[in-house]
Amino acid sequence: MDLATFWFIVLGVLWTGYLVLEGFDFGVGMLLPVLGGKRYASDAADAEKRRRVLLNTIGPVWDGNEVWVLTAGGATFAAFPHWYATLFSGFYLPLLLILVALIVRNLGFEYRHKRPEARWKARWDLAIFWGSLVPALLWGVALTNIVRGVPIDANKEFTGNLFTLLNPAGILGGLVFVTLFLTHGAIFVALKTDGKIRHEARQVAERVGVVAAVLAVALLLWLGLTDGKLASWVTTVVAAVALLGALAANRAGREGWAFIGTAVTIAMAVATYFLVLFPNVMPSSTNPDWNLTIANASSTDYTLKVMTIVALIFTPIVLMYQGWTYWVFRKRLTVKHIPEDVPRETVSR
Amino acid sequence: MDATDLARWQFAITTVYHFLFVPITIGMSLIVAVFHTAWVRTHNPQWMRLAKFFGKLFLINFALGLVTGIVQEFQFGMNWSDYSRFVGDIFGAPLAIEALLAFFLESTFLGLWIFGWGRLPEKLHATTMWLVHIGTVLSAYFILAANSFMQHPVGYTYNAASGRAELTDFFAVLTNKVQLVTFPHVIFAAYMAGAGVVMGVSLWLMRREAKAAADDAQDVARTDAPMYRTATRIGAVLTLVAAVGVTITGDVQGKIMTEVQPMKMAAAEALYESVPAGEGAPFSVLTVGSLDGSHANAIIEIPGLLSFLATGNFQGAVRGINDLKAEYAKTYGASGNPRVADVATAFVPNIPTTYWTFRLMIGLGIATALIAIAVLWLTRKGRTPTARWLAYAAVAAPLLPVFANSFGWIFTEVGRQPWLVFGLMTTANGVSPSVSMGEVITSMVVFTLLYGALAVVEIKLFLHYVRKGAEPFEEPQDPADRDEDAPLVFAY
Repeated sequence: MDLATFWFIVLGVLWTGYLVLEGFDFGVGMLLPVLGGKRYASDAADAEKRRRVLLNTIGPVWDGNEVWVLTAGGATFAAFPHWYATLFSGFYLPLLLILVALIVRNLGFEYRHKRPEARWKARWDLAIFWGSLVPALLWGVALTNIVRGVPIDANKEFTGNLFTLLNPAGILGGLVFVTLFLTHGAIFVALKTDGKIRHEARQVAERVGVVAAVLAVALLLWLGLTDGKLASWVTTVVAAVALLGALAANRAGREGWAFIGTAVTIAMAVATYFLVLFPNVMPSSTNPDWNLTIANASSTDYTLKVMTIVALIFTPIVLMYQGWTYWVFRKRLTVKHIPEDVPRETVSR
Repeated sequence: MDATDLARWQFAITTVYHFLFVPITIGMSLIVAVFHTAWVRTHNPQWMRLAKFFGKLFLINFALGLVTGIVQEFQFGMNWSDYSRFVGDIFGAPLAIEALLAFFLESTFLGLWIFGWGRLPEKLHATTMWLVHIGTVLSAYFILAANSFMQHPVGYTYNAASGRAELTDFFAVLTNKVQLVTFPHVIFAAYMAGAGVVMGVSLWLMRREAKAAADDAQDVARTDAPMYRTATRIGAVLTLVAAVGVTITGDVQGKIMTEVQPMKMAAAEALYESVPAGEGAPFSVLTVGSLDGSHANAIIEIPGLLSFLATGNFQGAVRGINDLKAEYAKTYGASGNPRVADVATAFVPNIPTTYWTFRLMIGLGIATALIAIAVLWLTRKGRTPTARWLAYAAVAAPLLPVFANSFGWIFTEVGRQPWLVFGLMTTANGVSPSVSMGEVITSMVVFTLLYGALAVVEIKLFLHYVRKGAEPFEEPQDPADRDEDAPLVFAY
């Protein structure tokens, strides 16, 4: 295996890390108005406490989760400059939307609790909800389109527009990401909380999970039947089994196993995408001769060697301290753990 | 205005905005770590209160620095795809390594610091903020290595077959002589900005507390004024130390710049005609009228200073814009490099911009240092001054060094023009060919409106928390003794 292929796999791993980790915090963000809404909360004060429980399950970790996509972006730039250039300039408007969504969402996490006014919180709640939904949807649309092929000319330039990406397969991909992350997020909430909200989160996971399973299987079959390989069929089957297992574990109240199940589902979905993609990185729907491939989009061997050394030394360290964070904050949260809000007027003079 | 100009404006707006928050983040993370460590060492309540108070202000600022930083990483590919193709083999590696080494460290340990109250043992908790600070400094190192490559490309070769610049020596990129002096210069400048925030905020609160005590005929020593006085003096001392660092590194940087980008030094002074050795090129502090070289109109000049800045010798020769223009046209314009063809003979940056930003950078930096000296003098030997003008000094103390940072970067980047990578590729050749004017206008409008609205939100929130002042001291509980069901010490 040459280094360029190795870095193709590394990118698959980075996207897996990103979607497994940020996947559940996207899910928690989207569930804010559901598990923290009228349906489950007894009154406005209860809804506020529940929302704060939800946000605190991901509070210490969402930022570290998001760095996975920055690393994937940087690694794409370093290992496959042409892939980075074609993709980022080609998918200009979707990426703009993702950036705006991530900006308002992250500020929502950081700023929401900084003032006690209900209007202030309601605005940041909207930011967190839409800021989680939009990237979940658009990453699904974008990645599915990459795998299916988009119009690229002989100069490696994308020749489509925003609407080129909004084709049935792309939209289905977006919906799969959204429903899968909702399920994954609900199971994460069930795993990290206790009491009423824990059981309600399992209910939500069960209902959304069925939809996610149907859509995901449809999408993976679609990808497999057009460009499938033996290996991608294997990962498809593992993904499907893991998701069904996750739902069964969730039903049985085994949240830990359920969470592992949805995590494996996401990992196997990414693996299926990358296996279908191989040996291309961005196939051209205009002319197969103009495909961006691992070979024609990659950096020099020297650069890849440098990157490989750095990655082999530092990735284990990162995984260790990031894993340790999850250990530090392993305790389940309930509404009892939520301290009183900052008082409305605390200016000393 | 064409697509290149639009992409440049967008990059300028988003980068300058991003870099308002970055130096404050680098500087304040150090100071919060120092306060937190002082608490762990002495268990004097004032350090805990200061660590928490400035920690909060730090986080309000950090949040915006973080989110606007994501835009930067995407923007190279979105708006500068031909640049990304041409230098990706070199430029991408520091960016990826920055994410792996710095961003993970910063974000993970900041999460631990924010939520660690009552959950982490105190020594470990203080260590997390030091790791955040190390993350910010590492981040600066790698992104500056990437930028230094654009100022002075090293460790690469041009591959005609692949049509791109390719990495041959990564160590050379990381130890580029421009990088080795830019990095400390930027870090010291960031310390000035962080220290300026701490000095300004503390000064304002010290004056408020002391005045209120005087109005109520209370003893100032029993208010929070002494605590803020201490923080003010710490901010002032760090400002001065950093100012000395900025000056020394800036001086070395000027000489290296003269060597590798002589046009930028000439542009800093708007020096059109070369000054031969022995004559001593003067530095004009202020100029009236145009800077197009048609007539000399400096109103205050310091003889020989430009020669000293450029060469270290008051009599040293300094080459002017006209000579350099002819030389660049010969060297690069006639080189046949297709990535230079669009400029051919015009290798001169925007002179009024370089001239004035260079002076604003230095002037605002000096003004910051003067405030720090005045503050140290007025607060000497236990004094707690309340003069009205100190309120203005308190507002100026954070703003001046932050804007000095901005002007320094505007000078550096505008002064590099028309180059995107010096000697290899001009800016117009780096822009994304597949991105339409409409798309760039859309994103520019979106970013400008969003960033403008967020600036209002951020500043209001920041001032709200400044007015609240430090929270009263609460004796922390040992995490091991805490009741499992008790509310968290800190929660969203």
